[in-house]
Amino acid sequence: MRKVAIYGKGGIGKSTTTQNTVAALAEMGKKIMVIGCDPKADSTRLLLGGLAQKTVLDTLREEGEDVELVSIRRPGFGDVLCVESGGPEPGVGCAGRGIITSINMLEQLGAYDESEALEYSFYDVLGDVVCGGFAMPIREGKAEEIYIVCSGEMMAMYAANNICKGIVKFAEAGRVRLGGLICNSRRVDNEREMIDEFARRLGSQMIHFLPRDNDVQRAEIRRQTVIEWNPTCPQADEYRTLARNIDSNQMFVIPKPLSIEELESLLLEFGILEAAAA
Amino acid sequence: MSAPTTDTATPVTPNESIDAAGVRKKMLENYPAKTRRKREKQIIVNEKQLDADGAKVLPVIAANTRTAPGIITQRGCCYAGCKGVILGPTRDIVNITHGPVGCGYYSWLTRRNQTHAPTDEHDNFITYCFTTDMEEENIIFGGEKKLSQAIQEAYDLFHPKAIAVFSTCPVGLIGDDVHQVALSMKEKLGINIFGFSCEGYKGVSQSAGHHIANNQIFKHVIGENDKPRGRWAVNLMGEYNIGGDSFLIEDLFRRCGIDLVATFSGNSTYDQFANSHMAKLNCVMCHRSINYVADMIEKKYGVPWIKVNFIGATATAKSLRKIADFFQDDKLSENVERVIGEEYPAVAAAQKKYRPRCTGKKAMLFVGGSRAHHYQELFSELGMETVAAGYEFGHRDDYEGRRVIPSIKVDADSRNIEEMNVQPDPDKFRPEGPEMARKAEQRGYRFHDYDGLMIDMKEQTLIIDDISQYETERLIEAIRPDVFCAGIKEKYAVQKMGVPCKQLHSYDYGGPYAAFQGAVNFYAEIDRMVNARIWSHIPAPWDEISPVKEVSE
Repeated sequence: MRKVAIYGKGGIGKSTTTQNTVAALAEMGKKIMVIGCDPKADSTRLLLGGLAQKTVLDTLREEGEDVELVSIRRPGFGDVLCVESGGPEPGVGCAGRGIITSINMLEQLGAYDESEALEYSFYDVLGDVVCGGFAMPIREGKAEEIYIVCSGEMMAMYAANNICKGIVKFAEAGRVRLGGLICNSRRVDNEREMIDEFARRLGSQMIHFLPRDNDVQRAEIRRQTVIEWNPTCPQADEYRTLARNIDSNQMFVIPKPLSIEELESLLLEFGILEAAAA
Repeated sequence: MSAPTTDTATPVTPNESIDAAGVRKKMLENYPAKTRRKREKQIIVNEKQLDADGAKVLPVIAANTRTAPGIITQRGCCYAGCKGVILGPTRDIVNITHGPVGCGYYSWLTRRNQTHAPTDEHDNFITYCFTTDMEEENIIFGGEKKLSQAIQEAYDLFHPKAIAVFSTCPVGLIGDDVHQVALSMKEKLGINIFGFSCEGYKGVSQSAGHHIANNQIFKHVIGENDKPRGRWAVNLMGEYNIGGDSFLIEDLFRRCGIDLVATFSGNSTYDQFANSHMAKLNCVMCHRSINYVADMIEKKYGVPWIKVNFIGATATAKSLRKIADFFQDDKLSENVERVIGEEYPAVAAAQKKYRPRCTGKKAMLFVGGSRAHHYQELFSELGMETVAAGYEFGHRDDYEGRRVIPSIKVDADSRNIEEMNVQPDPDKFRPEGPEMARKAEQRGYRFHDYDGLMIDMKEQTLIIDDISQYETERLIEAIRPDVFCAGIKEKYAVQKMGVPCKQLHSYDYGGPYAAFQGAVNFYAEIDRMVNARIWSHIPAPWDEISPVKEVSE
């Protein structure tokens, strides 16, 4: 089983990209489980056709000890198994501890057992690695390959670089590696070339450049992935390409995060800072 | 029998019995350079210099700083200081520990604070352990609801006058707002409910917890009850009734006619705290744990404070006379002299019996923020010398005296603890307090008079702040004291080295040791310990002769 985690700056499109890519992988006949690691529990909405999932933590709270896998795992589009970790409402408790608890619970319930015959598990993780809990999927070998969703916007690159620092910390002690950057385009100048170069300097690759397309929005409004909503549109093929690239990926590295100066000089080189100053 | 007027103990030879500098070197030599630099400032040979005016200048010690990582320290945590030390001994406040069950359970009655409710009808919760027993779910989703429920449940079961909530580490990590919960439950239930942000990780030792406890008790309880008090009304502060100490002091006060408004906090009640600002004088025993409240009461209500010490017969007599001297009332002085006269024969008889058996023996005290100082009185009354001493959680003023307070550098750890800005209360400030204090000062009476431990210790003794287990072992090896005073964490490690260890946190199973009768108890206990022959049998015979070897031969 390949164990994948998707990280990236908040609002960059992690959940959308994950679900659309997973839909493409499912179309290829892969058996997949998606684990949403966001207290908002909206990581599987497009696969399930709405927020239909009862979270692991809510179930744990209500059912006590007698939690069964079927009550926290629901098949969605293409028979993708969907799990939402869940967590507290904003401003209370500890969401990080919640993620740790729910991943442990999934393991205990046998969600990853060989009998499940999973080919992929995908962790969709909230925002930055802000605390130990959000690093949970990359600790202890739970996820072994990381893809970072970013764009040519400075803060997205800054976040991606920070996430790489987190990966380095865990990679040295374990098996987690960076699989590549997914550029979810914001139509920034020279975006493709810059992220390509950014990925190269990190010692990795840009695994795919996703163009900006309103079809993603159109599908999302209907609570569907692009492939389910309109399998023939060009954006559906983009996700298929990304899925194929991930499926055939052989490049797994311990990233070399950039210093702030290096990151800024990269932006300068590709004309972003001049454009901002103008 | 005439009462003592000066130190009854004849001084033992100024310290030639130990090579302080040599021992210090031995304690430090194996440390890595960085740790050694830190500990050099905290392990001090007591060498007083004379300045140009002939006044004694004490060495400077580093204290109240972070313990070096990796060192086995004696220290406790902020929660322990707040809940365990300051508020634990009060009997009619329901003290709820908000946290996982262990914090509440292991701080339950461990300090042997005693209390005595007048009748069975009076509230006494000291034997109960209240905790919210936070579980994983409460950590993830927040524990505020469970805390509200716990407060409600405690109220329904016991209908107490007040409920206090103590925060443990996870509460701070997940950000439960205990103060908001306390406030809303206070409005709902109509009793006084207040919280303490005393998460264990705050500060460098339990001292942070004392300060937080002082602040909250001052903010939420003191000043709630304005019932007028008698002419000789005092508070006894920083006395926690371990082994029944407060009972003996209360008895002395009663016989002298001194009106004890509140003890902070041995054998105390909520109403006593609420009324304590009506006292005329605050008498501070443990300076470290309670000086904040004494200062704040003085600023807000005009009650001056003095340092007292009821550990040791001489110190007890001195403290009673000092209280009488403040009130300048012949009747009170007469009462005090009468009581000292009544108590003293038993003390003298005990000293006559035990002193010859103990004279010349050596003691070490590493405990508390006052005890390592106060108990030297008792040892000196036995003719014993304290060759090394230090505090677990004292600050520089506890070593060098309050005069150094302006020069203490406030570090980030201390800044984390609220320093309250207290102003005179427009209605409740009583100007006669400062007026009496002013007159007293004119005749040489001293307030805020804590000169610290160093000045009272002999030249060439060792003063060690926050001693580690490693240093304890080197110290015992080098000096072989006759008794070592510390707490439960040190006790058995010390005794395995063949030296009796007296616990001065919990008194082992003994006490009381305060006042005159307490002194007699202590003499007997120390005689029993230092003259027991059992210690000569350590190491055990089988450690020296291997039974296995004998068989093979």
